[in-house]
Amino acid sequence: MESVGNILMYFVIVISIIVFSVLTVTTRKMLRSATYLLFVLFATALLYFQLDYQFLGTVQIAVYAGGIVVLFVFSILLTHKPGKDAAALDVHRRWLGLSAALLGVAACGYALFSYCAFCGKELTGDGSITIERLGHFLLSTDKYGYLLPFEAISVLLLACIIGGVVIARRR
Amino acid sequence: MPLSLTIAVVAIPLFMFFFLGLAGVKMGRKLTGVLGVLGMLVTTVLAYGVALTYFFGDGPQVVDGVRKAVIVFNPDWLSFTDTLVARMGIALDPIAAMMLVVITTISMMVHLYSLGYMSDHHGHPEKGFQRFYADLALFTFSMLGLVVATNLFQIFIFFEMVGVSSYLLIGFYYHSPAAIHASKKAFIVTRLADLFFLLGIMILSFYTGTFDFFNQNGMVGMTDSMEAAQTAITSAGGATFMGCSVMAWALTFIFIGGAGKSAMYPLHIWLPDAMEGPTPVSALIHAATMVVAGVFLVARLFPLYVIEQGAMEVICVVGAFTAFYAAAIACVQSDIKRALAFSTISQIAFMMTSLAVSASQEGLIEIHHGYGLGYMASMFHLFTHAMFKALLFLCAGAIIHAVHSNENDDMHGLHKYMPITSIAFLIGCLAIAGIPPFAGFWSKDEILVACYEKGLGWGIWMSMVAGLTAFYMFRIYYLIFFWKEHKVHTEHRPADQVWTMTVPLIILGAISCVAGFVPMHDLVTWDGAALHTQLNWTVAGTSVAIACVGIALATVMYYKENALPAKMKNAFSGLWNAAYHRFYMDELYQFITHKVIFKAVCVPIAWFDRKFIDGFMNLLADATNQAAYGIRRLQSGSIQGYVYLYIMGALLIAVVSMVCVLI
Amino acid sequence: MNLTLLMYLIPSLIMFGCGVYGFLTRKNMIAIMISLELMLNSVDINFVVFNRFLFPGHFEGMFFTLFAIALAAAETALALAIIINVFRIARKVDINEINKLKF
Repeated sequence: MESVGNILMYFVIVISIIVFSVLTVTTRKMLRSATYLLFVLFATALLYFQLDYQFLGTVQIAVYAGGIVVLFVFSILLTHKPGKDAAALDVHRRWLGLSAALLGVAACGYALFSYCAFCGKELTGDGSITIERLGHFLLSTDKYGYLLPFEAISVLLLACIIGGVVIARRR
Repeated sequence: MPLSLTIAVVAIPLFMFFFLGLAGVKMGRKLTGVLGVLGMLVTTVLAYGVALTYFFGDGPQVVDGVRKAVIVFNPDWLSFTDTLVARMGIALDPIAAMMLVVITTISMMVHLYSLGYMSDHHGHPEKGFQRFYADLALFTFSMLGLVVATNLFQIFIFFEMVGVSSYLLIGFYYHSPAAIHASKKAFIVTRLADLFFLLGIMILSFYTGTFDFFNQNGMVGMTDSMEAAQTAITSAGGATFMGCSVMAWALTFIFIGGAGKSAMYPLHIWLPDAMEGPTPVSALIHAATMVVAGVFLVARLFPLYVIEQGAMEVICVVGAFTAFYAAAIACVQSDIKRALAFSTISQIAFMMTSLAVSASQEGLIEIHHGYGLGYMASMFHLFTHAMFKALLFLCAGAIIHAVHSNENDDMHGLHKYMPITSIAFLIGCLAIAGIPPFAGFWSKDEILVACYEKGLGWGIWMSMVAGLTAFYMFRIYYLIFFWKEHKVHTEHRPADQVWTMTVPLIILGAISCVAGFVPMHDLVTWDGAALHTQLNWTVAGTSVAIACVGIALATVMYYKENALPAKMKNAFSGLWNAAYHRFYMDELYQFITHKVIFKAVCVPIAWFDRKFIDGFMNLLADATNQAAYGIRRLQSGSIQGYVYLYIMGALLIAVVSMVCVLI
Repeated sequence: MNLTLLMYLIPSLIMFGCGVYGFLTRKNMIAIMISLELMLNSVDINFVVFNRFLFPGHFEGMFFTLFAIALAAAETALALAIIINVFRIARKVDINEINKLKF
């Protein structure tokens, strides 16, 4: 039995995730879309906090909310006149997207409800991890060590920086 | 001199071909010509040394007074099966050694002569002078390789190579349409004949299991392999095709290959047209050396022909007919080179006939012990004919160079202006007519004796042709050098040519005088043993008498301008016209190829090709095209479309798997 | 009331559906990128939730999410750079109108 605060928290998170997700893809103003995305990401971060993954939640806020959404806002401001709506969707296109999305959700939902053997599993134990252990995991070469992906990601980020510079540079 | 130097004899012209062909343009004309002549001179000296060593040295080639074939080297080249191996080698036997002398002598003379002849073309420097010398070297190499070949496969390859060099040299003036047509004609006709040659090689090697002329240990001549050949033939003897044994077919096919190169009727049509090439080329290739390749081929396979009498009969008939046919045409030609070309055809036919009558002796054993007179005579005539026919052609070249025309109407009365050429030409005429002591008399006499041995009819026929030969040669001679006064143009006063052109005439004239005294019956016989012959005075006397009659007739008709030839022409106008148009053989070929083969065979095939083969391919292409247009819409470039399809596909798989689980 | 695994997967699924819908219907390239982020985020949640509920002592899912966030950041940065560059050249961000390179 969970504490009431936890349950209330859960509902706040879930409802904001669902509502803002829908709003993100349905609003016709780009800047609002980005803002709703920000809310979704914040809600996700809260979800991580609730699951005891404080570090991950922090990263989610720092990178996603602080970095990516800002990038989105910048690029929207660079490419759009403020206050102007996007063109309305044509019906055909909307039904196409809606059918794909709903069918996908239906199929996955059906699969979840019918076949998920551990879907009823409850939260147990303390899942939190100290920064120290996390650091050891990231820089370890043992089993459950993540040095190689860590380095790969660093190289990837470097490549990304260079690529971004090359692409964005004015010729 | 070691016999292995034969390799150098063959290799030097090949080197000269590459060297002159590649570096000639940089070197300039003079240097190229001089180097070509020098290279040929070295080759000639080496070839003489090798031949003299072979004939007169007491090396391993002479066993009990019989000359055996010496295989200088003979590495394997292509192994078809364990036993059927194509080799590339060098072998010396009497005819190969003799041919070395003939080829290098004539080639040397032509190289020297061309220095003068090819130096200018109607007053302009000749274009492609270097190319000419390179091609001459290529031809010399090919021809030498042909005569020293150790097996049928090699001889076929070099057969093709002389064909190629002949093609290149006939088409030397490639800006002249006539030369191009002539070169194509020569190539196509000889290729057609070579197709049969190849068929013959395949049949022969299939049944005998070998390409080689000589046995493996190198010292055994062809005559000793005869028993092996005989076994092979009798083992294949059961196999017949259309009533003849396969061996007869094979040998006939090989003869057809030789007939193509040697211009036997009805494959002779290319040779007169080949005179479009430069005259030195005509002298070298189309008179003296390449055209006797067919004779050489038959001589090479002589032991097989001896066994297969059927094939020999074919050769005999074809040869005898061609000899007369060509001689008759030569009597009326006005282009001197063409007249000489037909004379060449006729003389080669003499050699063929001689070979053929030689083989038709009674039984194998007798031949083994010293018949084969015709074989010896044929090779002898090949030798002497090469000398005096080259002489005649080189004289013709000098005349053409002097008057800038091939027609004898533009000549007449040149004796006064070109005495050396005139005398040289006279020597050639006397030699070919068979007047003693000139070269032709000795060899032609032997041929006639061999023909009389076969049968009186053959002998009389060939004697008649010999008389005709004397007539038409002196007709040409008189029309060129006498008949009437020469119309001298002020700017072109004909005269004997420069020394490079005159010296070869003198040398060849001297050879033509004395070549008959070469003891050929001791040297070149088909089994290598000396043949004891003596002058058959009956035959010799008759033939000299007939030749004299021919010469006398020519003198009466053509020495001084008179109306007799015109009268004769009108009296026998039909015959004259037919002969002048070469008995319409070219027209017949034209009809067969254009009207029959093109219309009846090629047109339907072309139609089938266009409609069905191409149609099928077009159908495939169109179908692909249409299908591509159809599915092109899927490749829209719209990322959202792709994602939609991707999601739908994933859903489909999910649904299917769920349904499968449910079931 | 217990908070079960399923209860966390449902919002994630709905988020993913929204991402799909947005990806398929929007014409603006930046909007498409935003939809993509939604989908990525839902997948991240799945990793974390499964990790937390099924293997509480382990952290594989968490690390996977960590790296995915880094990858998403890199990918977004590059994609937006490209979009801005395209916009600079074509003055358009509509995905249907960017068709110069199409055959």
